[in-house]
Amino acid sequence: MEFTDEQLERYSRHLILREVGGAGQMALLNARVLVIGAGGLGAPLLMYLAAAGVGTIGIIDDDLVELSNLQRQIIHAYPDVGTRKTVSAAKTITALNQDVTLELYQTRLTSDNAENLIGSFDIIADGCDNFETRHLVNDTCVKLGKTLVSAALGPFEGQISTFKPHAGAKYPCYRCFLPETPDENQQRTCADAGILGAVAGIIGSMQALEVLKEILDIGETLAGKIMLFDALTMKSRLIGLPREPKCITCGQIRQKA
Amino acid sequence: MITLTINGDEKRVQTNISLTELLENMQISPQKVAVERNREIVPRSTYNNVMIEDGDQLEIVHFIGGGLHVCL
Repeated sequence: MEFTDEQLERYSRHLILREVGGAGQMALLNARVLVIGAGGLGAPLLMYLAAAGVGTIGIIDDDLVELSNLQRQIIHAYPDVGTRKTVSAAKTITALNQDVTLELYQTRLTSDNAENLIGSFDIIADGCDNFETRHLVNDTCVKLGKTLVSAALGPFEGQISTFKPHAGAKYPCYRCFLPETPDENQQRTCADAGILGAVAGIIGSMQALEVLKEILDIGETLAGKIMLFDALTMKSRLIGLPREPKCITCGQIRQKA
Repeated sequence: MITLTINGDEKRVQTNISLTELLENMQISPQKVAVERNREIVPRSTYNNVMIEDGDQLEIVHFIGGGLHVCL
């Protein structure tokens, strides 16, 4: 496959990078990334993946766009209120870059459909809004040997990590960090579940960056580490996240040769 | 007694105390948090064996990732 003249111009700022170049851009165009949730994290994540020329992007979301989403979910616009988030996101992506083939799944991820949906993608990016789905995504990714870039938002904070226990015994999965879904009374209540919109932009963009680095195989990724970001102080901390030896999901995985 | 730092604040505790005992003393449920010790998350299954040392830097990390949308 060769680049068209338009692609040479569109991706010129990638192509001149030694770390990307023609081979890297071709890897991006051939990559298949599944984004779970077209919300606060998914919005910037999807836009940067699409802009970078990730060739196939799957989007799972069963919600409709609401007016209160627009304060942070910048992939959706005022005329989209009331329409499906998958369709609204697809409209923005198509306007941005027609190199991207989209696969839209207007559904919730369940234990019945998870393997089928996740199985056909190379890298999974989770920006969903509940711990049950996070565990389902993680357990399915571990089972299928898929790399998972997972991020989460608080009102003024973010957490992001990459999980790929299939890549080596030192690498953890999400369940090493959080073994069980917290009780509902341990989770945030409505009163403190607001968020300053730009926080989602920062963490969602970091998530896109990590997905792109995984595809390009450059630099150091967040596998085996977790980044904690505090928006009020602009302090971020990168800490080690080893595998939990007794993890019920990945504790038994052997390192690939 | 030894001195450690928890979430930026200094704290004096008895010697020979495990991470499990420290969390109990602070009335923190291990299931609700992850514990970072000297810039690395401590695997939960090792809490009993991790002895707190003088100068340890601990951070209690809360989980986020739950529903923002439940409140709309």
